[in-house]
Amino acid sequence: MSSPSFNIWQDVTRMLQYDFMRQAFMIGGMLSLVAGFIGYFVVLRHQAFAGESLSDVAFTGAIGGAALGINPLLTLLVTTIAVALGMGGLGERLRGRDVAIGTMLAWVLGLGALFLHIYSARGSGSGTGFSGVSILFGNILGIPAAQTATIVWVSVLTLAILAVVARPLLFASLDPAVAAVRGVPVRALGLLFMVLLALTVSEATLAVGALLVFALVLLPAATAQQLTMRPYRALLLGAGIALACMWLGLTLGFYSGLPTSVCVSGLACLGYAAALLWRRYAGGVVKSASM
Amino acid sequence: MATSPFSPDATPAPEDATAPIISVRNLSVRLSGRDILEDVSLQVWPGEFLAILGPNGAGKSTLLKAILGLLPLASGEITVMGQPARRGNGSIGYVPQRRHFEADVHVRGRDIVRLGLDGNRWGLPVPWGSHRHDDEAVQRAITLVGASAYADRPIGRLSGGEQQRLLIAQALVTQPRILALDEPLDSLDLKNQQGVARVIRQISQENGASVLLVAHDVNPILPAIDRVAYVARGHVAVGKPDEVITSETLSRLYATPIEVLRASDGQVVVVGQTDEGVSYHAHG
Amino acid sequence: MLMADVIAPSWDLLADLQLLFALHFMRNAYLAGTLVAIAAGLMGYFMVLRAESFAGHSLANVGFAGAAGAALVGLPALAGLFTAGILAALGIHLLGRSRQRNDVAVGAVFTAALALGYLFIHLATSEYAANIYNTLFGNIVGISDGDVTVIAWTCLLIVAALAVLGRPLLFASLDPDVAAARGVPVRWLALAYLILLALLVAVAVQIVGVLLIFALLVTPAAIGQQLSARPAVALALAVALALIFVWLGLAVAYFTPYPAGFYITTLAFATYAAVRVSRLLPQRIRALAAWRGAA
Repeated sequence: MSSPSFNIWQDVTRMLQYDFMRQAFMIGGMLSLVAGFIGYFVVLRHQAFAGESLSDVAFTGAIGGAALGINPLLTLLVTTIAVALGMGGLGERLRGRDVAIGTMLAWVLGLGALFLHIYSARGSGSGTGFSGVSILFGNILGIPAAQTATIVWVSVLTLAILAVVARPLLFASLDPAVAAVRGVPVRALGLLFMVLLALTVSEATLAVGALLVFALVLLPAATAQQLTMRPYRALLLGAGIALACMWLGLTLGFYSGLPTSVCVSGLACLGYAAALLWRRYAGGVVKSASM
Repeated sequence: MATSPFSPDATPAPEDATAPIISVRNLSVRLSGRDILEDVSLQVWPGEFLAILGPNGAGKSTLLKAILGLLPLASGEITVMGQPARRGNGSIGYVPQRRHFEADVHVRGRDIVRLGLDGNRWGLPVPWGSHRHDDEAVQRAITLVGASAYADRPIGRLSGGEQQRLLIAQALVTQPRILALDEPLDSLDLKNQQGVARVIRQISQENGASVLLVAHDVNPILPAIDRVAYVARGHVAVGKPDEVITSETLSRLYATPIEVLRASDGQVVVVGQTDEGVSYHAHG
Repeated sequence: MLMADVIAPSWDLLADLQLLFALHFMRNAYLAGTLVAIAAGLMGYFMVLRAESFAGHSLANVGFAGAAGAALVGLPALAGLFTAGILAALGIHLLGRSRQRNDVAVGAVFTAALALGYLFIHLATSEYAANIYNTLFGNIVGISDGDVTVIAWTCLLIVAALAVLGRPLLFASLDPDVAAARGVPVRWLALAYLILLALLVAVAVQIVGVLLIFALLVTPAAIGQQLSARPAVALALAVALALIFVWLGLAVAYFTPYPAGFYITTLAFATYAAVRVSRLLPQRIRALAAWRGAA
């Protein structure tokens, strides 16, 4: 790769001369906005483990598609949504019942190992933009143009649905019993949210890979939650942080030659650690009452 | 506290005393093949403070949930303000039997109260809209329960009593005609129990809201309540505390000898097959 | 993971067993697999009891960074696995100080570790795909005699430690407050447990890989707990099941072209699902009968 001149304007324009960089900035931007918004609810609903499991399902779904010669993006979306609905069907019982998720997760990974084996044995998969390593660790620079439209549409759809249900979802996440009495369809919203999460995880898999989905979906939102106690502000801040991690990560990757997903997730982890430290030592938002 | 708790049965209520705000007629509820409530009738009047008492598993919460329209009725009917009971009724403020917010819920108490006002509306609050009216309603409810000092702290970091006050504010923020509280004093210490009971009483007097409060210990709320509904074995005895919490009534209700003792400080102790009414109560 | 040649079974049990153990690497795989299964069954029981599935999963992922880092600086993989695992155990322990589960913090640790691991591999070699797959999904054919020795000592250490710590650990897992009041060092036990878990993950990586060790930890223990409420019985069941899954998985993998990790996890999950369904069905049938009777 090239070395930066440290003239920001010049560096950015030079980077954006490349088609693949422009595309990565656009897709990455969309993905990180969606991930930041969705992530806030994942943190609030204590569904980190469920999100992590979905990312393992995403790995198996994508590699399965590649192994069987079907469009991996399609199998990726279908399997994550199916599993998300299954987990959502467990509903409230999901919380704290991580054994059931864990067992399933272990098996899904085993299945992934099988597909990976078949896939490696066939030794191809070119043209789809998917390979074992890129599914595990993402390759946002290698997303074929044909899939860009799908990704953009799914992102826009997710954002639109989220805009409509955000407030009742917030209510149902924080206070399900009261929300149900006030006429909020708590269970239906829970299922819908799992589907949105599945879509987000699938897309994030393309960008940062199944193993690092957590970095994009959860950490920016968790960082935002450390920094503000106001729900809507936290939502916007989370999306902003995700976007910043993504774009900075792309730039860093471009100039250092390191994999983008390493840069993006490294930034997300650093941001989260900084927020934790800031809250603990600089007093943060509020002196905690019980610690 | 009110020197003479008024009883709508004896004296005409200031509002429309002829129309009860809640009317339960011959109600039976079956849950998973078990009769929880049988042939229960009960009326609640505007501005009244009714305590629903009884041992664990007697059907106190079931009665409350039926009135909220959350349960299917096996027979009988419930009307709330003249309409059949249904969920999503904005004129009822509900405080469910509560686990606490976990310590890592990093959201202000004020936002939790706010959700009581608009959490069931679709769409996002637009930043350019006028929120002054809503903001005032939220602040009014917070002031009413005396939670102003800590409403802007993360709810997960508040004590049980502070959380409970904010949750009552959440139920109050729509200015409901009926306030339904399921064991709101549970897991609070004695001082907080009395404080919260006093707040609820004050609200019912100032706003003219009817209060339905489920409790398993009558003593902390005894000075505040107008009438009690005592639930046992699927049946309910309704009346003034002095009439219902007696050896005769409770023995009839439980169908076993029960003795009610009154201490010199007014505390009520129920002696018999249950440990109901003693100040310590092992809660399951 | 790739078996050089697939050998068809003769379906004569004795002959097949002889075939299975004829090769040195299969004997090593069985030795290592047996040791790890015993330790995993025991440790998994406590993991499920302590609701630390997520921590277990994360420790396993951290192992990836350890192995990759060791490869980068030219150390044996086990050294990297041990170091990274113990550091991560300390990290998770410190983050969970408030005794409430902090999934996000744990997740941040393992995400950072995975990103580091990927970075190490990227820096170490361009031909990194095979390394990644071996670390993530295991490679049973590559277990040397030296590995077996290390695995044996580690598993012996784990079993011995559990023999000493087992009872207070059980107490602390079920009822930490009462245990602390009775003088059980709950916090130290939690740390000791996490370190033992990290050791186990480190040695298990070569057999089932970072991503699949989780199956050996959580699934047999979950089945054991489904089948018995008595700790001793559930523990024994967990160990027995882990052994069966590993032995069968290795054998089937030997005679087919597919990886052992897949068979081990599939066997485990199928058993878990069967147990859950068989315990659920009578309940449903009874509920249905009651409902019919009532209607």
